[in-house]
Amino acid sequence: MQRIGVFICWCGSNIAATVDVQKVAEVMKSEPGVVYSADYQYMCSENGQQLIKQAIKEHNLTGIVVGSCSPRMHEATFRKTAEAAGLNPYMVEIANIREHCSWIHKDMDEATEKAIILVRTAIAKVKLNAPLMAGESPVVKRALVIGGGIAGIQAALDIADAGFEVDIVEKNATIGGRMAQLDKTFPTLDCSACILTPKMVDCAQHEKIDILSYSEVEEVKGFVGNFSVKIRRKARYVDETKCTGCKICMEKCPSKKGLNSFNMDLNTRPAIHIPFAQAIPNVAVIDPEQCIKLKTGKCGICQKFCGAGAIDYEQKDTFIEREYGAIVVATGYKPINLDAFNEYGYNDNKDVITSLELERLMNAAGPTNGVLLRPSDGEHPKVITFIQCVGSRDSSGCGKPYCSKICCMYTAKHAMLIREKYPDTEVHVFYIDVRTPGKNYDEFYRRAVEQYGVDYIKGMVGKVYNENGKLMVQGSNLIDNEQITIESDLVVLAAAIEPEPSVRKVATLLTASIDTNNFLTESHAKLRPVESPTAGVYLAGVCQGPKDIPETVSQASACAAKVIGLLAKDKLKTNPCVAIPDESMCNGCSQCANVCAYGAITYENKEFRLGGGKTEIRRVACVNPAVCQGCGACTVTCPSGAMDLKGFSSKQIMSEVEAICKK
Amino acid sequence: MQEVTTEKKEFTPNIVAFCCNWCSYAGADLAGSSRLTYPANVKIIRVPCSCRVNPMFVLKAFQQGADGVILCGCHPGDCHYVTGNYYTRRRMALLFSFLNYMGIEKERTRVEWVSAAEGARFSAVMNDFVKTVTELGENKRLTDLRVKEGE
Ligand SMILES: Cc1cc2nc3c(=O)[nH]c(=O)nc-3n(C[C@H](O)[C@H](O)[C@H](O)COP(=O)(O)OP(=O)(O)OC[C@H]3O[C@@H](n4cnc5c(N)ncnc54)[C@H](O)[C@@H]3O)c2cc1C
Ligand code: SF4
Ligand code: SF4
Repeated sequence: MQRIGVFICWCGSNIAATVDVQKVAEVMKSEPGVVYSADYQYMCSENGQQLIKQAIKEHNLTGIVVGSCSPRMHEATFRKTAEAAGLNPYMVEIANIREHCSWIHKDMDEATEKAIILVRTAIAKVKLNAPLMAGESPVVKRALVIGGGIAGIQAALDIADAGFEVDIVEKNATIGGRMAQLDKTFPTLDCSACILTPKMVDCAQHEKIDILSYSEVEEVKGFVGNFSVKIRRKARYVDETKCTGCKICMEKCPSKKGLNSFNMDLNTRPAIHIPFAQAIPNVAVIDPEQCIKLKTGKCGICQKFCGAGAIDYEQKDTFIEREYGAIVVATGYKPINLDAFNEYGYNDNKDVITSLELERLMNAAGPTNGVLLRPSDGEHPKVITFIQCVGSRDSSGCGKPYCSKICCMYTAKHAMLIREKYPDTEVHVFYIDVRTPGKNYDEFYRRAVEQYGVDYIKGMVGKVYNENGKLMVQGSNLIDNEQITIESDLVVLAAAIEPEPSVRKVATLLTASIDTNNFLTESHAKLRPVESPTAGVYLAGVCQGPKDIPETVSQASACAAKVIGLLAKDKLKTNPCVAIPDESMCNGCSQCANVCAYGAITYENKEFRLGGGKTEIRRVACVNPAVCQGCGACTVTCPSGAMDLKGFSSKQIMSEVEAICKK
Repeated sequence: MQEVTTEKKEFTPNIVAFCCNWCSYAGADLAGSSRLTYPANVKIIRVPCSCRVNPMFVLKAFQQGADGVILCGCHPGDCHYVTGNYYTRRRMALLFSFLNYMGIEKERTRVEWVSAAEGARFSAVMNDFVKTVTELGENKRLTDLRVKEGE
């Protein structure tokens, strides 16, 4: 005989305000099979869990239903509660009467009626639950970090310092990411390279870290604790083990007209190059689009001059396969394309630049050696106008609906640095709002206004046009309620940032969720902010949402803590809700193996008794429970109805359907 | 004293929604925590993947008196189980056209992709589906008459 217990949670007033919880608990008392039903303010609290444990013991419950928040929130909690009271943890079902009921319905009668049906549905299911035992799988004690920006670097260092092996896969020729391009960094104005490059060097020297630069992830198989990853090592035409970074090749290369992407295309670089002085690894790479030898077969100068014999024009992409227990995604961002923002004349005027271009123009290692000169004629700009929120907070469809978060601060930084270095420069900033929450952040912005005399204008810019070699910035001043035009020498656009486009491929490979703006989704916005919903995959840096360096670093360290926690385990509990074939019905047709994305199904010849002393040998399906992920694809595919899924069996789901439809 | 009401009770359809655990069930949770309402006659069954939904479950729902059945999964390409939702898409296309042939209008059945971040979309989809099914009225095809007897 089934002895079901029902526990209805008030969740304070979250459920109780719209669902008559006492009535629900009362109604359940007369449900067939239910021997105990109660309501309580907070079931997840110590006392609530105590109440459940006690009821399980006192009433000899064989299964329980908790009517509460989403199972994605507390299913694990209540399973543990049941287990502590001696009940198999899989004899627990959750009726989601908060997210799927009290929070979306306003009418008390309606919500109560729905809650009753949802709890009944869970009762119908739990009656068909069977005790399940989680299996175990070993953990590969090595982590993969995808993306070598500050997020990936920090995560790798922290994981490696805890004693675990880490590989960084970076698509560019060097690690460092966007931070390597920055000049000074807010809120303290220390030099970006000075704080970043030591960390890059630490990565290179760390015995536990392997940097796979100029590489990309091609294929991911497996699951938490046991990922198997195929990595493409792109041909750089330079032998990484031989190149000494002497740069003689850069000097001698006759093809010097390639756009320097590290300098935001503001100057050029040779076909063979090292992206910047402190690059890690400090190894050259050849751009095959630009290399004369690779395109025409003639030239080969760099090979002649390379004393280390590192140049290899025949090099091909290679693939390596490695196993990992955990994966950190840290693929970062790029500024948006500004083609849709013609009004600012970015594509028509050389002196309309983005903030990231300005970083390079102010950087001592940049194209102008840190002297701020206009790109058009190399003159010192005397009047500089900044335009904020270019493509951010824009729901017109041209830009992004979100706030890019970092622009208010870096614009204040730029304005201040310019006024400091060139006090005779006039600096204007058009803004919609100034958003500078954060420790010492508002003070930072106020210094720009109060101490450095930066002219902040609340208003939008309508257009930027060229008149007699001057950039005319036409906008509104909302405080004085007037239209103004500022004659400027340089216009700087705080372009919105968006996730690095290749994150889409990465997300697909990892089956990690992504939102409508291509930011990776965290498992819980508040409580699991660095975990992807896919177990074993963690998120660090801007790939998860706009953030500055301090926030990126905190998130990366948080990721590392999670990864270390995982890798410290020798074994993981596996999900017992896996497929199970009924051998008496299986005819070995192989359809199920065809749809299984994990290769969990194999076939075996087994002997069956036929009665009358006869036996027959038949081919039947076998599911490897350590490999099966429990999707259920095979269950529906099986033409003989031989496959079922534990925890989500056909009978269970049918009974749920029935309970919902019952009038 | 009992009041005699002559007006017919307004028709509210009964809707079964199968939601995959990783995307659409989470999307429904987000709709909830964002307080984005949709009618109470939508009831959700959690399945690991939309591909777990056997056509039998859909038939069972109609047999038991459902007026509409909707399946929600991760967007194509984003399936937590890599390819599950592709199977769903093909299977259900076949099933729904078969049901349509049997007199269960194709508007009563739907497959929608809702990600974990799309609470607003979840709510919009449900509102729209309920509206469509309400306009179609009660489903009588395939229903086991014993089910609706009590009304
Ligand atoms: C103009 C400007 C000024 C700024 N100034 C400041 C400042 O003063 N202070 C501050 O705190 N913040 C500042 N920021 C913000 C700062 O740049 C970011 O917070 C930080 O760089 C985020 O680091 P990340 O590692 O997440 O991303 P990124 O720096 O973008 O690094 C991502 C890395 O991943 C690699 N990658 C991407 N896709 C793949 C793939 N598929 N496979 C392998 N590798 C991949 C990339 O090549 C890159 O190396 C500024 C930003 C801008 C635009
Ligand atoms: S449920 Fe079936 S198809 Fe899905 S992973 Fe397991 S064996 Fe493969
Ligand atoms: S599809 Fe069904 S019958 Fe065919 S091999 Fe798989 S379990 Fe057996």
